[in-house]
Amino acid sequence: MAVASTNARPSVASRFLGVIADITSRPSGAIGLALVTFHLFLAIFGPWLAPYDYKAVDANLMMQAPSGAHWFGTDHLGRDTFSRTLLGGREAILVTGIATPIAVLWGGFVGIFFGLVGGRLDDVLMRVVDAFLSLPWILKMLVLIVTFGTGIEVLIPTLAFFYGIPVIRIARAATHDVVARDFIQAARARGHGRMTIIQRELLPNVRDALLVEGAMRWSWMLLAFSSLSFLGFGVSPPTPDWGLMIADARGFMSFAPWGVLAPVIGLSSLIIGINLTADALAKALGIDRAQKAPV
Amino acid sequence: MLRMLIRRLALGAITVFLVSLIIFAGVEILPGDACTAFLEREAQGQLLENCRQELGLNRPATERYLEWAAGAVTGDLGVSANGQKQITELVGYRLRNTLLLASCAMLAGIPLALFLGVVAALWRDRMVDLTISTIAIGAMTIPEFVSATLLILIFSVWLGWIPGIVLTSANAPISEFFPEIFLPMMVLTFVMTAHILRTVRSSVIEAMASDYAQMATLKGVPYWRIVFRHVLPNALLPAINVVALTIAWLLGGVVVIETVFNYPGLGRMMIDSISDRDLPVTQAIALIIASVYVGVNLAADLLTMIANPRLRTLHMRKG
Repeated sequence: MAVASTNARPSVASRFLGVIADITSRPSGAIGLALVTFHLFLAIFGPWLAPYDYKAVDANLMMQAPSGAHWFGTDHLGRDTFSRTLLGGREAILVTGIATPIAVLWGGFVGIFFGLVGGRLDDVLMRVVDAFLSLPWILKMLVLIVTFGTGIEVLIPTLAFFYGIPVIRIARAATHDVVARDFIQAARARGHGRMTIIQRELLPNVRDALLVEGAMRWSWMLLAFSSLSFLGFGVSPPTPDWGLMIADARGFMSFAPWGVLAPVIGLSSLIIGINLTADALAKALGIDRAQKAPV
Repeated sequence: MLRMLIRRLALGAITVFLVSLIIFAGVEILPGDACTAFLEREAQGQLLENCRQELGLNRPATERYLEWAAGAVTGDLGVSANGQKQITELVGYRLRNTLLLASCAMLAGIPLALFLGVVAALWRDRMVDLTISTIAIGAMTIPEFVSATLLILIFSVWLGWIPGIVLTSANAPISEFFPEIFLPMMVLTFVMTAHILRTVRSSVIEAMASDYAQMATLKGVPYWRIVFRHVLPNALLPAINVVALTIAWLLGGVVVIETVFNYPGLGRMMIDSISDRDLPVTQAIALIIASVYVGVNLAADLLTMIANPRLRTLHMRKG
């Protein structure tokens, strides 16, 4: 039976291509995927594309309006805004790109496990999850960041930990949907252990929900990361980062609005791109995410 | 009905209790305590010992937790490390200001979201719907500090209509917050509307496709009668819970908005207390915000129960 079912299932690669084709067949999905790809490209190749050194300070060039030499003008220290905007997403993409898979993996595993085990333990866990979720995200993170300091080595585990908690809920709910079905009973009757059931029976059924959840978490994590940067708890200067750039340029907004607008466009286009892609992914996998509220 | 009510109340109380444990344990586990945080580099020898003696940090953790929790229940949140002020007094006006901001945003946002959501659903996939849905996605995804900055740029820098920053002090009478409150309120409304609208839209679409709506159409009931009598009462029920979740989520977002606009609310006080490492104040604010979250969710559950007769008898699902 196991052999027959693996043969019937299309291979991972062909399924992946099918989903990508489905996403790009929708206009919003195509735009979203293009934006994400564009930003990933910039994040990787940005250092070779930037026309100026992002940390080159020039007192003669402060607050220049956009010109042929400086496309987006210069900031209050005379640094080229175009180069800084180009590089401003690298740190954010790196941190959230590592933290998102970790969050989905650990949250997903815990959720599936407790969804399968059920009972008292599951009840207790859900109360703890509820309690964690009732604290505002910014408070939880700031307390850790202030204690352990800013920097990638603190931000990645912090984001991964806190964003994994709502994933527990999603994974648990998705597990509950399948756990009562016959094939789980059959696997139990065959005498399979919990780990085998999770790996062979549950994971293939819960995977799609987790994928969509991961895409959404990524955009919320980016939001959180840039908000932290904006508040001064994220990356440290002179590293270019959109959130930090907006915070710096805000004071000069009345006479140098380009300093704010450039990073605003950079950040917004990435987040919108991820969301459009996540929406299209959800539709391609047949999961409705409009019902979900933010947690 | 009564049994379920008691059950929900008990679950809410348990959640608040767990939150208080998490907050307290979190502060205990992290390196340092209120005294080392407050005294910083001078935290050594006699000075540190005196401070700990004064704040009673030498006693066992369980004893301190019980005292803190008992105080919180009776409305006494302890004293701040920074300046030894009563936290209840410090927090009072801030809480009022945040609630003022939130309720203004809700008064504007909830009717707007219901209206736009229903319109988008009834004219699904038409121009109106596409416009509303696209703007909603934008509002949901763009960080609050970005939309706030853009609004300041447009309304106070370029147009010069409203001040872009709030200069009113925390304990000023409510009337003094107008019109300064308008821009932060707009940002909150914008984000909140988008979230609620999306749920309303999808649940109206679902209800319009339901058997009873189709049955009514086949019987020849006029379209608008179906919409108002058959579909909306059923479709708007789930909105209550999303409104609650959104409000709860906004408690986090409001922190950023208050910081951007210099609004003297609870959120900014939280950031300040974290930066100052004033742990007693941080603990107190965390407990207040979590209680508001649990309370709002509880209220939403009760409202849905009252509005939906089926839920009164059915055993509600856990989790």
